[in-house]
Amino acid sequence: MKLDCKHVWERISEYIDGSVDAQLREDIERHLEHCEICSAILDSTRNILILTADDRTFELPVGYSERLHERLAKEIESSGKDLKKE
Amino acid sequence: MRNKSTEETELIARIVAGEKELFHELIRPYERMVYLTVFSIVKNEADAEDGVQEAVISAYRHLGSFRAEAKFSTWLTTIAINEGRKRLRKAKDAAEDSIDEPTDGQEGDYTPAPLTDWREIPLEALERKELREALRRAVAGLPDIYRQVFTLRDLEELNIEETAEALGLNPGVVKVRLHRARILLQKQLVPFLKTAVPARRRFFGRAL
Repeated sequence: MKLDCKHVWERISEYIDGSVDAQLREDIERHLEHCEICSAILDSTRNILILTADDRTFELPVGYSERLHERLAKEIESSGKDLKKE
Repeated sequence: MRNKSTEETELIARIVAGEKELFHELIRPYERMVYLTVFSIVKNEADAEDGVQEAVISAYRHLGSFRAEAKFSTWLTTIAINEGRKRLRKAKDAAEDSIDEPTDGQEGDYTPAPLTDWREIPLEALERKELREALRRAVAGLPDIYRQVFTLRDLEELNIEETAEALGLNPGVVKVRLHRARILLQKQLVPFLKTAVPARRRFFGRAL
């Protein structure tokens, strides 16, 4: 099937996640071969996801881990013998 | 063969049996995930940190009720989400604010921004601090329902089913929200990507 750009945009997220079926994947790839606009949209979206997953983009507050474990240590020390069961 | 989840299951059993100090080790790989989850809901660092501490302590106290068939990361994420929501409700009640979240209807423009003057962002551009900052702002500015799905799926890299389970949504809704979140971010970041990448000069030199 020949896809137009709008159809490709609607499926771009699922295409990136690899969750489109084989036929649709093939149709999208055929479209991307000749469509520079859709290719650029795909590249930019993918790059945003790469950047998102990069640990340096979303950093944790300084000292976060130390404070968490300190609080946890107090809790463990003061907790009773058994952990709750339902 | 021993794998990560088998080791984790054994670790949990030992903690429940009394080696409570081991809880520090159990939680360490998930510190980042729990923080980002709570932050995606409460949207400020101090509240997020308090929320994480409460969520982790709650997980510790209720570890005995954790069932090995479940995935520890999903169980923990659910606790973190509940803690974040509890804080948000309190803050909203305090402000007597109404909850005005967008719905999953068709309104809104979820069309990506077209680009014509470049194909790929070079890796150096992705290294730029400005771009990271722009992305952080754009994610913070997403409507809540999109930001939460995006955070679990694309920051914490849970799969669609795990994201759905943790948020109490069906996978179809997760897919729609994820798609919209990604497109909204793409649209917002295109101007930064363009300035990060020098425009190709392929039109120069042509007869005008």
